[in-house]
Amino acid sequence: MAQTISRSDSRGRVKPLRKRGKELPWPANLYQTAVGKKYIMALTGIGLLGFVVVHMIGNLHIYQGPLAVNDYGEALRDLGGNLVPRTFLLWTLRVGLTALFVLHIHSAWSLSRMSEASNERYQSKRNYIAANYASRTMRWTGPIILLFLLFHLADLTWGWWLGSTYVRGDIYHNVSESMGSIPVAIIYIIANVALAVHIYHGTWSLFQSLGVNNPHYNGARRGFAAGLSVLILVGNLSFPILVQTGLINENNRTTPIANSGDVLAPLSSSTVLEVGS
Amino acid sequence: MSNNLNLKLRIWRQDGPDAPGAFLDIEADDISRDASFLEMLDTVNERLLGDDIEPVNFPHDCREGICGTCGVVINGQAHGPEKATATCQLHMRKFRDGDEITIEPWRARSFPVIKDLVVDRSPLDRIIEAGGYITAPTGSAPDANDIPVPKDVAEASMDAAACIGCGACVAACPNSAAQLFTAAKLAHLNVLPQGQPERWKRTEAMVETMEEYFGTCTNHGECHEACPKEISLDFIAFMNRDYIKAKIKNRSLASQAR
Repeated sequence: MAQTISRSDSRGRVKPLRKRGKELPWPANLYQTAVGKKYIMALTGIGLLGFVVVHMIGNLHIYQGPLAVNDYGEALRDLGGNLVPRTFLLWTLRVGLTALFVLHIHSAWSLSRMSEASNERYQSKRNYIAANYASRTMRWTGPIILLFLLFHLADLTWGWWLGSTYVRGDIYHNVSESMGSIPVAIIYIIANVALAVHIYHGTWSLFQSLGVNNPHYNGARRGFAAGLSVLILVGNLSFPILVQTGLINENNRTTPIANSGDVLAPLSSSTVLEVGS
Repeated sequence: MSNNLNLKLRIWRQDGPDAPGAFLDIEADDISRDASFLEMLDTVNERLLGDDIEPVNFPHDCREGICGTCGVVINGQAHGPEKATATCQLHMRKFRDGDEITIEPWRARSFPVIKDLVVDRSPLDRIIEAGGYITAPTGSAPDANDIPVPKDVAEASMDAAACIGCGACVAACPNSAAQLFTAAKLAHLNVLPQGQPERWKRTEAMVETMEEYFGTCTNHGECHEACPKEISLDFIAFMNRDYIKAKIKNRSLASQAR
């Protein structure tokens, strides 16, 4: 250490910006420190990444046609079969996902506050060398994804703006109705680009935060992050783009639209739609 | 003389920690390409003295890149544009004639400006103090190779110990985090057998003291780029892992003590 400049007594020591509070019992005490919070952020990030990947792959059922994707949605509600009440496991997953989101967002928010409180702005222009677009926009892509998540739920889960055209349980119908509108498709495209950018830095970063580090594999971490974000980007962007280009189209479907409210058996007892109209 | 540089300097001037600061524009003509950056500042100061202006205060000591005293932000980069180089080892031949060079002190809330380009980096000392000591027999000198250390481990420890504590990592960090410094100081003991007895106590204490003064890591990697000793980001991962382990181990150690 090379701090040899003598300081006058009147000025004294540099005061800490914050004091440690009373330590909570383990493991809650991990969440009291920044390194612990980053650890939680990384762990919840892995959970959320898992969700995003599974959600994207599951949605690919839409390319097998209305029957397959609607069966997929039905299978999600029937997770656990007869062992558990219907939609029980689905709701367990939803509650778990919500908890992951809350922890991920709260840790990000409080760590950002801590950094802002520690930072002193440079008066001249900073010249960033390593920080990339993804890493510097995490605090912007994050809120964009949150807003999109709420929009997406309102759009395809609650059916708020599709109104009477929303048919609960008929995923194919709802997706093509929703993303058939150009503004909605644009929202999906922008949000998924933000998601991919967020995932690119997040995936690399979580290895550091968790301390998963091995010189033999460190070089692969960037590649893995890039590959994963491109995979998710391509998969998710395909839906609005292919709806817009007409590959996913109500007029192409050969199966009837489900009766609204008839979620249990969406495709068996229903009005027959004019095929190919 | 024709080979010398004519530079436009913008240097941060500030009388004290609470005084307002501002950039001072100085035309620095006829600067030798062979001068180091600090020698360039010496030359400027000599001329300021001749004009009866108070010279610019800047931190410096050994001027051979090993003491960690010097360090200013040059054109938005801690220690300037040359990789793995402290300010004192940066030479004016890296600049071009007519360049405008902006010089600012390290900036972080816990690095208050003492005067001009000199900042108080003593919060880094607080982190070191929190680390305490290592168990080392202080009797007669131990036999060489008394404690076997694998070569890879010794090298890793030396790589971490190369940290000169200049604070460029904090200055370069958009979050003003001291992760790279603390990680280097922890790793150079934590990987060695001699550092094991107090490893978990030390890790917990140093990380938590660091967090009292500095921001949080978002894994940009700016610290590594600014570091004159090229301390690897891997040490930060190592510290993060050790910290979580420490929280678990210290808990079980505490329960055994009862």
